[in-house]
Amino acid sequence: MQTNSDFKGIRVAVTGGTSGLGLALVRRLAAAGARVAFVARSGPAVELIAKETGAHGIVGDIGWKDDIYQIALQISGSLGGLDVLINNASNLGPTPLAPLADTECEDLEQALAVNLLGVFRLTKALFGALAASARTSGAALVINISSDAAVQAYPGWGAYGASKAALRHLTAIWAEEAKAHRIGFLSIDPGDMDTPLHALAVPDADPSTLKRPEHSAGEIVAAMRAALSTRIERLVEVHP
Amino acid sequence: MSSADRLDRASAKLLIVDARGKVRDVPRSALASLFSRGDLVVANDAATLPASLRGAHVASGEPLEVRLATWVSVGDPTRFVALAFGAGDHRTRTEDRAAPPPLAPGDRLALGPLVAVIERLLGHPRLVALHFLGERASVLGGIARHGRPIQYAHVAEPLALWDVWTRIAAHPVAFEPPSAGFALDWRTLGAWRRRGIGFATLTHAAGISSTGDLALDQRLPFDEPYCIPEGTAAAVNQAKSDGGRIIAIGTTVVRALESAGGTDSRVGAGNGIASGRIGRETRLRVVDAILTGVHQAGESHFELLQAFADDALLSDISVLAMSRGYRTHEFGDAMLIEHKLSRHPEHQELS
Repeated sequence: MQTNSDFKGIRVAVTGGTSGLGLALVRRLAAAGARVAFVARSGPAVELIAKETGAHGIVGDIGWKDDIYQIALQISGSLGGLDVLINNASNLGPTPLAPLADTECEDLEQALAVNLLGVFRLTKALFGALAASARTSGAALVINISSDAAVQAYPGWGAYGASKAALRHLTAIWAEEAKAHRIGFLSIDPGDMDTPLHALAVPDADPSTLKRPEHSAGEIVAAMRAALSTRIERLVEVHP
Repeated sequence: MSSADRLDRASAKLLIVDARGKVRDVPRSALASLFSRGDLVVANDAATLPASLRGAHVASGEPLEVRLATWVSVGDPTRFVALAFGAGDHRTRTEDRAAPPPLAPGDRLALGPLVAVIERLLGHPRLVALHFLGERASVLGGIARHGRPIQYAHVAEPLALWDVWTRIAAHPVAFEPPSAGFALDWRTLGAWRRRGIGFATLTHAAGISSTGDLALDQRLPFDEPYCIPEGTAAAVNQAKSDGGRIIAIGTTVVRALESAGGTDSRVGAGNGIASGRIGRETRLRVVDAILTGVHQAGESHFELLQAFADDALLSDISVLAMSRGYRTHEFGDAMLIEHKLSRHPEHQELS
């Protein structure tokens, strides 16, 4: 893990921050000097990771409408604003994976609630904070974690793939609309990683054939660095 | 909020009063086509806290509601100045609410997952200095989850946080919404950008609008901390020296900019406290026009408008707004008033 501090003072929020890619991102960003808030559903896991990384832990469910604003409030309140939002929390749909004709409507709804609506709601709630950051420093960023299942039609991945395809298009449209406000939107496919989510989807996968989530986190952080290169680093407190 | 209460964005109205006192009304969405190249719109990007916390006075077991009213130190969620109300809820008008049980320093309040201790009484049985026990993170989480936005008797359905955050809400430091900001949306900001109209924000921790007590209301607004980012101060000063007008979205922006404006009309960046009242006697140094809700005589907001227009004109505007069915509450219609002595006679038309 890099221990440089080139993200010193950058305020980043990561959803799904207690396992897999999200956890790798929280660890890496905290180690790089960023001020990190993360969200996850399990109170004990949040507490554990907060203690380990020094990041600000928030208990909440991205797929639950009534949780969105209390999460947004804690993110901008604890970090004093927000420069980067990483929408990483994902729902796989039915587990084990199922053909669409066997997929319960509720499983598709839940995948959409987390992977599409949850991302939309949280990003919308934090759009003002991101725009404020962009006005102050020249750039803010939203990274939405995508998947090759958003593009390829993999049998069995209907709920997940459809929700991630919708997210990918949402991201592309939002990128166009937010350009004028200097908020970048990136859709990043981290690849097949050795994570709890992948294990749920493909229980018999050989872990040695999968990417380490730390590796994908490094790639995402590099993309983040490039996207923020236009920022004017003025780490003036923008909070009264 | 039910759709009956929520003012449909498309149907919101805007009453425009120019520097010569000429009045016209337009759909609020026409904001996007107002102002001129070189003008600068300044808005308050404060997000609203869920400042109403229900619970009980531990010693007496009596139910109460605490309304966080202002910060002790901005951003520190463990200490606030707060108002206490007895039994009842927002369906009772604030002024008719029961008094809280007798409170004394050291008393504990159980507020959902939070425990607060009364540190001091502040010269009134309702007004206290409150200290939440625990670490900042858990207190912030407790307020975020258990708190509700301050409610209004005129709004039947309970307000959720998404009802009281403006589209530009960024920093959760306000106790009631900076409601003039409800007139803004990203489409309007985009249109202004394309037309060469500047947009900048400051953060002003708007306080509560009413305490339910006449004597306490006289002390409103409480001192309100604000922060003006460097970029905003620079944009204001540039616009002024280039002859552009400064349009304030809401009274909080007027209070912050005029408080930060020196005698040379230049605005300094940084933190400050907007303490003094602005009214008839105030000579505005920075702001040329204000977008605000429709306020009635007697409110502190109305007093501030007297710095922009004389009493006769404000009275005419009130009558006109009433006769044309303008809605006066926080989620209502809007007025845009240009300062009677706007410095730029060549720019007197707002559109």
